[in-house]
Amino acid sequence: MSDMTQNPTPETRKVTIKAFRFNAETDYLPYYKTYEMEVGKDELILDLLNRIKWEHDGSFSYRRSCRHGICGACGIKVNGKPVLSCKQNAQELVDLFGDELVFEPQSTKRAVKDMIIDKGDFWEKHAAVKPYVETEVDPHPEHETLMSPEQVENFLDADYCIQCGNCHYACPALEVNEDYLGPAALAAAYRFTIDPRDEATDERLEITAELGSGVWDCVKCFECAEACPKDVNPIEKITKLHNLQFEHHVAERNVATKHAEGFVRSIKKFGYLDEQDIVLYSEGLGVVKHLSEAMKMIKAGKVHPFDFQKKKMPRSKNLKEIQKLIEISKTHEL
Amino acid sequence: MSKLKYALYTGCTARESTPELLSSTLAVAEKLGIELVLLDEASCCGASHLQDFDEFLSLVLNARNICYAEKLGLPMVTICNTCQLNTVMTKELLDHDPEMRAKVNEKLAEVGLEYKGTSTVRHFLYALIDDYGLDKISEKVVKPLSHFNIAPFYGCHNIRPSHIHYKHNMPQPDYEVSEGGGEVAYEEEDLMYKYTHENPYVPTSLDRLIEALEGKSVQYESKNKCCGFHVDLQAPETSNALTGTALSDAIDHGADAVVTPCPLCQLNMDLKQESAGKQLGREIEIPVLHMPQMVALALGCTPEEIGLKYNVTKATDLYV
Repeated sequence: MSDMTQNPTPETRKVTIKAFRFNAETDYLPYYKTYEMEVGKDELILDLLNRIKWEHDGSFSYRRSCRHGICGACGIKVNGKPVLSCKQNAQELVDLFGDELVFEPQSTKRAVKDMIIDKGDFWEKHAAVKPYVETEVDPHPEHETLMSPEQVENFLDADYCIQCGNCHYACPALEVNEDYLGPAALAAAYRFTIDPRDEATDERLEITAELGSGVWDCVKCFECAEACPKDVNPIEKITKLHNLQFEHHVAERNVATKHAEGFVRSIKKFGYLDEQDIVLYSEGLGVVKHLSEAMKMIKAGKVHPFDFQKKKMPRSKNLKEIQKLIEISKTHEL
Repeated sequence: MSKLKYALYTGCTARESTPELLSSTLAVAEKLGIELVLLDEASCCGASHLQDFDEFLSLVLNARNICYAEKLGLPMVTICNTCQLNTVMTKELLDHDPEMRAKVNEKLAEVGLEYKGTSTVRHFLYALIDDYGLDKISEKVVKPLSHFNIAPFYGCHNIRPSHIHYKHNMPQPDYEVSEGGGEVAYEEEDLMYKYTHENPYVPTSLDRLIEALEGKSVQYESKNKCCGFHVDLQAPETSNALTGTALSDAIDHGADAVVTPCPLCQLNMDLKQESAGKQLGREIEIPVLHMPQMVALALGCTPEEIGLKYNVTKATDLYV
């Protein structure tokens, strides 16, 4: 791994930086340029970006502004890990990845110049969820609009988002589905939807319920939770939005909502998920598109198509307990 | 070493469409002298979809599953990444949020159960590596996997989010029961410490297991990426694109087989090769093994136990 193990407290460590270089105006293809430097134990990734520019190549470009983790400008990827340059200690990454660090923009395909990307898609999606409180404001209020600590607690961590884009450009669903709103926009949607002053609850829930662009297109990979430098945990907010859609009766019956609700239906009957039924139930007539895969599963002996009495279906022991718990614990229906 | 004993939470898939996962897990345990007690009372973990519909109900059901391991006084092991994540997310919340724990226990009391937080919950992969030990597994290898280049596919729900996994998947010899003291569930952790056990950007556990069985682990970029399983119904194109990309990456880096500790990844990657290939405009054909199937091959388990006939993409050639 690293030199750290032999020498626990070195002042500096020799690091090779491979930086992504590209100028959309002049370059046909991007390339990587190597810089070697001694890195001090307190240096941040931002310091290394500065040193490339100041000591090696004045044309090297990257975004930076506040220098203390609040403006969200300096997000890049180091060895594939999204970081906020001004918050991330450099030697810590050497410990993780070894003494060759690869600096890349958040999204290489959106690169404009070196670390700078066109974040247009990020801002467009952010704007699409109405990321503000919608309400009639009395210009001459007689008293403050008070919120209880519990109400604030509900969205406080979502409010820490600095729009750095780390989660957005770490999201694999966005990578293959450009309509998807993505984790940052959805976390913002949650933050304003549960703000007690806000009056656009259903409207925002409807925007985020759309198939193809909304919460149902999240692949649940948790890349966003891992990528966030402010611990916003966007996927947790996405789960809450899912629940809110059912609570507010915004959820329409479709393949995605039935897929979620179908779990209760199965667990009630068997304790386990009936894997065949969940596909039939969620898809309805659309099930025909799974025919070729169903045939493959039958051929391999994985499923039993003529088991109408569900004799092959496993059943949890003490199933009555499960049924009772569902009865007394469920919070809503589709 | 005293005999290792765990409560096995199988999840649904191992009892339904991937029976080969359960049989190979039990066979591996028997070969290694690990005792597994099946939690037959357990229900589905909700697979993140029940969580979308009714988060509270999913907490109650997952807490109930853990209760049965606690009643046996055994640490729980899982053989599905998604079961692992949903179970530890429940555990994490109940161990740190006394109010939620009381709410859940109020429901569980109606059926005579109580969540206490006394059982650890880990993936079987880490029980094998950290409790049993890779050196000892190596000693038991009778059919080295030396002819094979095997591509490890880690599956999201056992490596992300690391702030939860490191606490549970790490070996915890002196596990202390939390009082539910109300500390915030989301404290900032030292990056290095969080990533010591498994770094989600450079995971190594499966690679090390492959090497311990004398196989060659394939290095490829997609090994810690998402297979797309969870949107297979509502967004099949997304799912196919992710599955196809990962499988192509493994094939293009010379893999003879893919191995994964998650039956949902396995099912998706094994079953969807034709449709993913069609979407990507290339041929995709590669056997996809469950982690215990791979171990069972090297330990010399029987073909029935390994269950290669249940794999959709032909895998029987791997039995030599």
